[in-house]
Formats: sequence, structure tokens, C-alpha cells
Amino acid sequence: MPASSVQIRLSVNGEMHDVEVEPRTLLVHALRDSIGLTGTNIGCDSSSCGACTVLVDGRSAKSCTMLAVQAEGADILTIEGLAATSPGDGLHPMQDAFHECHGLQCGYCTPGMILASVSLVDEYPDLDEQGVRTGLEGNLCRCTGYHNIVKAVLSVAGKEA
Amino acid sequence: MAVTEETTSAGGIGARMLRKEDGKLVTGEAKFVDDIHVPGELWMGMVRSTIAHARIASIDTTAAASMPGVHSVFTGAELAGMDLWAAPLPCAWPVTEDMANPPHWPVAPEFVHHVGDIVAVVLADSRYTAADAVEQVIVDYESLPTVASMEQAVADTVHAHSDLSTNKAYTWAIDSDPDGTQAAFDSAAHTVSCRFVQQRLIPSAMEPRGVLAVPSPIGGEITLYSATQVPHILKVMMAATTGIPEQKIRVIAPAVGGGFGAKLNINPDESLALVLANKLGRAVRWTETRSEAAGSTHQGRAQLQHVELAADADGKLIAVRVKIDADMGAYMMLITPGTPLLGAFLYHGAYETPKYSFTCEGWFTNRTPTDAYRGAGRPEASYAIERAMDMLSYEVGISPDEIRRRNYIEGGGPFEMWDSPAGLQFDSGNYAPTLDRALEMADVASLRAEQQARRDGGAVKQLGIGLCTYVEMCGLAPSRTLGALNYGAGGWEHATVRMLPTGKVEVVSGSTPHGQGHETSWSQIIATKMGISADDVTVLHSDTALSPLGLDTYGSRSLSVGGTAISMAADKVIDKARLIAAHQFEAAPEDVDFADGSFSVAGTPSKSVHIQELGFVAFAAHDLPDGMEPNLQEQVSFDPPNFVFPFGTHVAVVEIDEGTGGVELIGYFAVDDCGNQVNPLIVEGQIHGGVVQGAAQALYEVAEYDDDANITNPSLMDYLVPSAAEVPNIVTDSTVTPSTTNPLGVKGVGEAGTIGSAAAVINAVVDALRPHGITDIEMPASPMRVRRAIDQANGSAS
Repeated sequence: MPASSVQIRLSVNGEMHDVEVEPRTLLVHALRDSIGLTGTNIGCDSSSCGACTVLVDGRSAKSCTMLAVQAEGADILTIEGLAATSPGDGLHPMQDAFHECHGLQCGYCTPGMILASVSLVDEYPDLDEQGVRTGLEGNLCRCTGYHNIVKAVLSVAGKEA
Repeated sequence: MAVTEETTSAGGIGARMLRKEDGKLVTGEAKFVDDIHVPGELWMGMVRSTIAHARIASIDTTAAASMPGVHSVFTGAELAGMDLWAAPLPCAWPVTEDMANPPHWPVAPEFVHHVGDIVAVVLADSRYTAADAVEQVIVDYESLPTVASMEQAVADTVHAHSDLSTNKAYTWAIDSDPDGTQAAFDSAAHTVSCRFVQQRLIPSAMEPRGVLAVPSPIGGEITLYSATQVPHILKVMMAATTGIPEQKIRVIAPAVGGGFGAKLNINPDESLALVLANKLGRAVRWTETRSEAAGSTHQGRAQLQHVELAADADGKLIAVRVKIDADMGAYMMLITPGTPLLGAFLYHGAYETPKYSFTCEGWFTNRTPTDAYRGAGRPEASYAIERAMDMLSYEVGISPDEIRRRNYIEGGGPFEMWDSPAGLQFDSGNYAPTLDRALEMADVASLRAEQQARRDGGAVKQLGIGLCTYVEMCGLAPSRTLGALNYGAGGWEHATVRMLPTGKVEVVSGSTPHGQGHETSWSQIIATKMGISADDVTVLHSDTALSPLGLDTYGSRSLSVGGTAISMAADKVIDKARLIAAHQFEAAPEDVDFADGSFSVAGTPSKSVHIQELGFVAFAAHDLPDGMEPNLQEQVSFDPPNFVFPFGTHVAVVEIDEGTGGVELIGYFAVDDCGNQVNPLIVEGQIHGGVVQGAAQALYEVAEYDDDANITNPSLMDYLVPSAAEVPNIVTDSTVTPSTTNPLGVKGVGEAGTIGSAAAVINAVVDALRPHGITDIEMPASPMRVRRAIDQANGSAS
């Protein structure tokens, strides 16, 4: 049965949002349905696919594995806010790399894949191909066969694919 | 063969142009169905059968209906009494006159036939409330005997539909000379007889299906947003099955997150949203959950194959005889019965054979319906012949590449318009160069030496090398051929090309992308044809109000059929513009040349006008030739004269840990020929993804059902879609043998990777295990299967 709702403040892409959610509301649903940031996608119901990956205090997290209430006090970054985190008016280098390496086709996994990749490169500066493949194990793509995704991430990491 | 690696942000046919589609997708701006909301929308929650075959004794909706936030609850029986549907959900391909086709209603009125069949629908004000209310609906079932497997279906002692006297839905055959075929087998020096299981697969597009139906407050119009590959077909079928006038229905496929065939159906949820929104005057929506999809979206493959080859003493084929038992699942959906038949013409593969016999029987089970999944019938065919050819090579005692060379059509050399034993005409081919190049890229000679060293050294990790030469038929399809196959529609595609007053171009595409990059490729076609920048082209698609005519995207048809229509429409625009230019020049049209976007009079260089300048001239219409209609806009419905027949050779390299049975795909080399390429970057991407989907069938994926026909691995936790960690880089190259049946000389590439890769990978697995005397292994070649095969071969029980 629906539980009573609670009022929380979420910091998303540098802006504060006052939202009313149920205690059980998943972060991804608060982002999508309450705040209207629909760039974060949902691809499964078992935390397997990573389409809903966002950055929570700079680290990648599957926003279907967190309750919205747990995200209070954290800085959340979604795909909509990524470009603004890099200097200049353009896209984030990871967004550019996915475009330039043809690292997306249908694009549904892409927001989560890009944010997971940003976090991966940030965390492991010495990535090689196997490191990218292992590091992105939690993000599924059905279109690309991963070949060009790996190439894109390596290009941002300063390595040739 | 070497292609430049350089990408470009603009370009014509042949350029590695970066995609126009990407900007919205890498920033999260793209709108998928679940991203689109309207005021007052109601969420559907589906109450789905938990029993595979049963009569519904009663449904108690009282508790659900009284929950706060619940608008209404309807059972199948209640909906059946509301006069919402003119006909059941459609099957467009009744493959034989006497095919069984039990009615498939969006919500089961009395009997359920698979787990996931909808028995009631809840409408609520949020997705959470809808899900809660579904849990409160109490259904009392009277179980009926269940057909949980194909073995049970074929045994035919219990029936998946209790009002049918057999599970057999149809028998369909190409078998013009059964006695001659038998005589070939009787006289053959070598025969092989193999049985393969094409396991059930869950297509698993990353975006789950979803739908939103929005009625207009006045006028009776209704807009149906759907995560579909087939907005045009959906519109026609919704009109035909609901009775809502066709002109009142607008279907929009917004950003669609992959399809792979799973979104080319006419689904209960789409029909329900439409009729309920129409009835209630409220927007109605639904988004599938991943685990729900196992019962709400069709699955693929699911065949038992019996393949027999007869060959002479040199290993040259003299007959191919195939019998397929195909699992329809519980109902005939849009092209369920025809899906296995898309492979019927291809079981001889890339090889010549004088005698050919194919028979398919379709069977009902109490499982989720099957239908098209990437390749649709053709991966099954290429798997069967390519596995069987390896078995024949063992029998004859020659290498897998040599058995192929001895049998390739026209000796492996170039050919055009080759008459196949199944009654088709292959447009063009040249197979041996793809084998030569694949062997060279993979450095198979070195791999064989390494394999031998590991065998000699008794290494734990053994090496396997597998080959596959595939040929497929795509570019669906010549309308007359479809008619002869009893398909319920044509196979043409429509395009409109219009030059706007400012000289920019709008292309209206009848084919409808869901990841293939149509906006980019179609712009490149226009850029080359009209001599303008690809940036000056916008492609409109996937909305029946913008693009009223089309037959959508499946069967690797978009380029060879839809792209051809665009090219032909561009030609017509150029022809009309030429008349305007000639009028301006006061010259005869035949004296006006067109090159790089400009019209000029031969020998008079001062007289020149760019086609983009003529956009305004045609729009203003102040000074057009007498009798000419204003505007530069032309349309073409192109009905292809033939299928197209892409081909290629793939080499897979696997490493098998004989201790654990674990198989690792460590190398993959693909040489594909899809004719002329519009965008090699996109072609490679299609191959990469397709190869991994086929490799996933070989090694990881299977939809598993228990003895009661419950699917036991519906989530992505248990259904093993591979991640980046499970697959290697895919090394690609191509040869170019243009199609002879369309003016662009293009074939298709959307399914080719998948059609080639499952056989290549399993041939590699078996190759690694050959020293144990193993000649076959069932897909997916899981560690358990590999270990058991080794144990059985070595005589120890596991």
C-alpha cells in the first residue's frame, strides 16, 4: 500500500530540488518523475544493466539501487549536468568521445555508460583495454558490442584502443 | 579493401560521417516513450497469469479497485463485454491456408495460454500505485495440462490450446523432388545427419517496451506513442483490430532504444492503451519492467533442427535435406509462423547443391510467443549449415576451409543472378575472397601452430578456431514474393524529398530507425545525389502524421529499400529542377548538365545555377515553365525487384579451460560484404553489435522454462546478456560486391553479424574439443555443458 510521503531536498546538477516522495521511492524515479530529468534511463529491475547510472558525490552509482531519501545531502550528477562540469561551452570529453568513436547506436544505455566511464577514468588513471572492459561490467549495451565504447573510454584515458 | 579511418562531420556516400543522432543521446535530451508525460495520464498495471495453461475461474478486483489512487480495474471478461475490439490481435503471415490461429485477445477472457498472459488491467494515477493494485487482484485458476517444452508439443498428447486437437499449427515445405533427394542420399559417398537446438532467446533491447495513448479532447483523434519499430504497421493494425477509424490514429515512435525484432509486433499493451484511452477520454500509459518482458514481449529462435548433408567422395554437396520443428509459443503474433521460413531458402548456405529439401512444422507450446529476433530464421539457417559443413569436413577428412572452398557457389568466384536450388535468385556474390581475407586477418596459420603446441603440451587452456561463411537474404521484400508467401502486406518503402524555399532539404523516411543512424545515412545519400552538404538535410521519420506512408524497419531493409526510395526521389527532384534551370537558361533540358549541385549548359560556363537556389524559384513560382506545379517535392514508393544477399566469412577464436569448462572468446575477425557502403563507421558498428549478439547465443543466453512452463530466468541477473568483460574487440574488414538489383548497389548489414557469429563461435568451441572426439555441443556452450561433454567423451560420468 502507498506509504505517506516525505519532503526531501536533493542536490542535482548543482541545483536544489524540494521534492515529495514516498519513503520507498527509488532515486531514479525521483529524478525522472519528480524532478523531470529523464536522461537517466531504466533498463532493468535487478540492478544489472546500469542504464540508470548517475554520479553520487563523484562516484558512479546505480540510481535504482538507492532510495531517494538516501540521496539527501549528496551531490548528484546526471547526464543533463555533465557537460557543465567541464570547461567551456561544449560537451564533456567523454560525451565527445562517445560521439567521435561511434560509441552509441540506440543511445539508451549511453547516459549511464558515459557516467560510469567518467567515474572509471577518474578512479583509475592507468586504464588499459582490459581495465575498461572489467570496469564497465555493470553497464550493459545491446547495440555496439562494446568495441567502440571501449575505444571511446580509452581515448579519454589517453590510450589508443 | 583498406578504408580510411578518418571520420568526418559531413560527407556523402562512403564517408565515415559522425552521427547526427548523437547529440541528443549523449546529453539525455532524447525523449523515449517513458520520458513523455501528459496531464491526467493513467498508468496501466497488468495482472498477468502465473499459470501457463488454465481456465480463469474467478477474479476478485474489489480490494484493488478500492485503493486510493486507483481509477478502475477491468478483467478480460469485462473488457470482452465492452465492445472494444473488432478482431483479435493480428497475425499478418498465415503461412498456409489451414494454419491454426487461435484467437489472441489483449486480455484473456476465459483461458490463459502462457505465463504472462494478461488477465486484468489496473488503471491508477502513478506507476507505484498501479503496481500495488496489481498485487491486490486475486485470480482463481483451474489449471489445465501444460505443454512446457517442444518435446511435449511434438509428442502431442496434451495440447497447448484445449480447443485444438493438435499442437501442430502448420506444415510448410520446399520439396520439389523428394525421390531425387533420397536417391542422392542413397548414392552419396559421405553423409552427415545432425540435430541442433536453437534455444529460445530473449531479445533484450535495452529500452523496455512502453506505450502512451493520448486522446484529443475533441474530434476523436488519438495519438499512440510506442517504443516500436513499426509505427506504420501498428497504425493500420490498430485501426483494423479496434475499429477506431484509421485516419483518427496517429502513431509516434519517439526515440526508440533498440529493437532487434522485439519491437516489431502488435502487442496487447498497445491495443489496451489505445482502446482504454479512447473509451475513458484520459491518457493511458504503460512501461514494461524487465522481468515482465519475459511474458509480455515475444522471444526468438526456439527451433529443433534436423539437417542432413549428402556429398560425393570429394566432399562436394549433392543434397541438403532439412526438417525444422519451430516453437510458436502460445499464440501467432504478427509474423510468428513466418519467422522460421525466412531461413527456409538458405539452408544450403553459400554452397551449391543440386537437391534441396526443407520442411518446417510449427508447434504451439504454453510459452511466451516467438517472433522475429535479429536475423529471424537466417541465423538459424546459417548455424545449421555451417555446423553441418564442419561435421562434413570431419567426415571427409579435410579442413573446414577446404570443404567450404570445394562447395562455394560458382567456385567461390564472382557471380550475378545465380539461381538457387530453393527457387531464389541471388543478386551477386564473391565468397572466396572473404574467406581468404578472414584467414589472413586472424593469422590462422599461426593459431593452428599454437593450437598444436598446446595440445602437445597438454595445456589446461586449449585453443579453438571456428569458421563461418554465411549468406543471407534481406531487404524485405518484393511485394509479389510476399504475396506468393501468403504474407498480408507488401514490402515496398516510401520516401519524400523536398527542397525548402531556402534550399535546405527535408527527407521524409518511411523506414523508422531505433539506433541504426538513418538521419545520418539518409543525409549522406542526399549530399551525394544533390551535391549539397549533409548538414543541409533533415530527416523526418517515425511519426505517421509527418510520414504517412511507410513499412518501417526490420529485415535489414531500410537502406536497400528505403534508401533506394530516397535516392530515386532525389533523382526526381533533380529532374524537375533541371527543367527549371533549362527554362532560366533558355536551353533544352537535355543540354543542361548537373554536377556537384550545379546545373550548367555544356560549353557555356557562365550559365550556372545551384540546385539550392532553385528551391526558392520553385516556391515563389513566378517564372516556372508553362504547366509546371510549384515547389520541389517528389515522392517514390520503391518496391524492390528482389531480395539482396549479403555475405561474409567470420573467424572466431576461443580458449577453453578444460578444468572448469569455461569458454572465453579471445578473438573475432569478420569480413563482410554488404555491397556499397554509405557509412563504413555505421556498417562496422552494426557488425560489432551483431557479432556479439550471435556470440551471446553461442555462449551465454537461453530463456529457461521449468516443467510448468514458468520462465526461470526473466531478469538480467539470470539471463546472461554479455558485458564488455565477456567479449573481445571485433576486427573487421570488408569486400564490396555491389547488389545488382538496386541503383545504389547496396545490401543490408543490420543482421549480418548475428547471422555469422553463432556458428563461428560454436565451430571454434568444437574445434578446441576435437581431440576428445567431440563433434558437437549444444548452445549455449556453458561451462557445465563443456565439462559434461569432456567427461562423457572420456567415458567418466559427471
